[in-house]
Amino acid sequence: MSGRVLGAAALALGVAVAAPAWGEGHAEPIGDAEAGAEVFDYCVGCHEVGAGAENGIGPHLNGIFGRTAGSIENYKYSKGLTREGKLGMVWDLEHLDAYLTNPKALVSDTRMSFDGLDDKTERDDVLAYLRQFSDNPQNIPEAAPTARPPEVELPPEILAMVGDPDYGEYLSNECTTCHQADGDYDGIPGIVSWPEEDFVIAMHAYKRKIRPHPVMQMMAGRLTDEEIAALAAYFGKLE
Amino acid sequence: MKLDRRAFIGTGAAAAAALSAPHVRAASHGKPKVVVVGGGAGGATAARYIAKDSNGEIDVTLVEPTRMYYTCFFSNLYIGGFRELSSIGHSYGGLAKQGVNVVHDWAVGIDRDAKTVTLAGGAVLPYDKLVLSPGIDFVDGAVPGWSVAAQNKMPHAYKAGSQTELLKAQIESMPAGGTFAMVAPPNPFRCPPGPYERVSMVAHLLKNINPTAKIIVADPKPKFSKMALFQDGWSRHYDGMIDWIGQDFGGDKVEVNADEMTVSIDGEVTKVDACNVIPAMKAGKICDMAGITDGRWAPVDGHSMVSKMDENIHVLGDSCSQGDMPKSGFSANSQAKVCAMAVRGALTGSKVFPAKFSNTCWSLLDTDDGVKVGATYKATDEKIAKVDGFISQVGEDDALRKQTFEESVGWYAGITADMFG
Repeated sequence: MSGRVLGAAALALGVAVAAPAWGEGHAEPIGDAEAGAEVFDYCVGCHEVGAGAENGIGPHLNGIFGRTAGSIENYKYSKGLTREGKLGMVWDLEHLDAYLTNPKALVSDTRMSFDGLDDKTERDDVLAYLRQFSDNPQNIPEAAPTARPPEVELPPEILAMVGDPDYGEYLSNECTTCHQADGDYDGIPGIVSWPEEDFVIAMHAYKRKIRPHPVMQMMAGRLTDEEIAALAAYFGKLE
Repeated sequence: MKLDRRAFIGTGAAAAAALSAPHVRAASHGKPKVVVVGGGAGGATAARYIAKDSNGEIDVTLVEPTRMYYTCFFSNLYIGGFRELSSIGHSYGGLAKQGVNVVHDWAVGIDRDAKTVTLAGGAVLPYDKLVLSPGIDFVDGAVPGWSVAAQNKMPHAYKAGSQTELLKAQIESMPAGGTFAMVAPPNPFRCPPGPYERVSMVAHLLKNINPTAKIIVADPKPKFSKMALFQDGWSRHYDGMIDWIGQDFGGDKVEVNADEMTVSIDGEVTKVDACNVIPAMKAGKICDMAGITDGRWAPVDGHSMVSKMDENIHVLGDSCSQGDMPKSGFSANSQAKVCAMAVRGALTGSKVFPAKFSNTCWSLLDTDDGVKVGATYKATDEKIAKVDGFISQVGEDDALRKQTFEESVGWYAGITADMFG
């Protein structure tokens, strides 16, 4: 399994740097995992963790402790995380804590649209929560903590629609006044390289005013199903 | 992309010449030529999108006098101390990389029959399509006692840069308990919430350094953009500091004396310590020179932003009259993309989709207290017509207001990347 191979690589690197803070013999709990489950609400828009967790807008977080940055196959990472992974960065407690404090301070060109958690208790708790899904990656607890209904139930024909990326490129002109085309973000989320289905669901959630943002409700409100599919196709392919 | 740029410029000799002088004729090789006048939210965006999307098939020249462009949007935040001036300055290297031939000069004449633009430096640029996005100029005599000659004593600060710096310095050197006056402009004008965001930012600055200072606003209008939101913000953050005198109280009967530093409102003369005069506005004067204005503005057809006077000239942003869109950087950027698509369609036969426009204007009231107003628009045969809109509400919670401000910071990064590459 690739997970094992990666784990071994991470251990080898860990030796070269320092013993991982979360390794055996580390007696003190990181934080309150139960409280951390609620803090994780900040993350669930993009990240899944637990049984059956899959990559979405962000990579799944099973086995994140000890994983080399940017190393899940079939997930399209930002250039920044790919680079840090190649340079050998491993997600140990220290790096995860720094990343959660201010993602861009650790990885300047990350695509993770998250400003960071200033509150150390919140960081500790959410890391304690995540830690539970890293001990034995092949032995994830049965309950699926992030299993949640999609924001909007869309008919299969809408989800199956194949968008025209060229049309999406034209339509995207309206988006790029605020959302940066290179995926960089600063107060307004990045929207490039999202899985098309996530993009489509999010836009329909705005269109139906289930998601609260007034600008996005207005913009999505006048997009047709084809136009949303076209935008999803275009932005999904951008890097 | 970098190779395209070289191929685009042409021979090495032409490339070398392009570095030192606007050697535009040499750049053409028979390709269709677009000249864009004005490197702000309309012009920079149009130049960038035409160059980017035509993949070198169109020869794009941008004429912009300044090497460093300071955005009007967010310049109020500099006055309030929320931004450094350098953070709102942008150069044109990104556009040059995109293949745009950037010429730092003034356009001083347009010959619509010969289809040429003459620059102050003497160069004559031929065009197939001309895009004018020159922003605003002031109407002579609009505020009695004020002229451009008085702009150092009573800055307008409505073209960002040294004027903004000057105004801020004058406010900072007001004596304790002194008076700042603003003469607000009549409709229509650039950035409808701009004067009132500025009042908020001046109040924020004075509250910190000169808390007994007073602010007087003489306004020729009975009401203004986001009025309820601003007035609510002023009473919450700057209670008793701001005296807004609208049309109903003589705010339209104003005279200033820059030498005496006095402002007369409805006959009552007040000595002031700093004064911001924002006169009535009109299209940038190159539009008049081109003979495409009707009254103060240049009318356009919303389907393509083409001038109603000349099918080979498009007019963007503050200079055009188009219908329901406010004069804003966001609007100009939105219009520029429709224009770029129409220009490419006309010159290279690329596909043209129906025009869509949008606008959002964020304003900062005080630290972490941001509000916004926005709308979407479509082109009809008569005008650009509003489709749908929204506005922030009085009484929103602090977290939402903070989020709105943070969003505006994100928008600034987004639109400037979209304009300048």
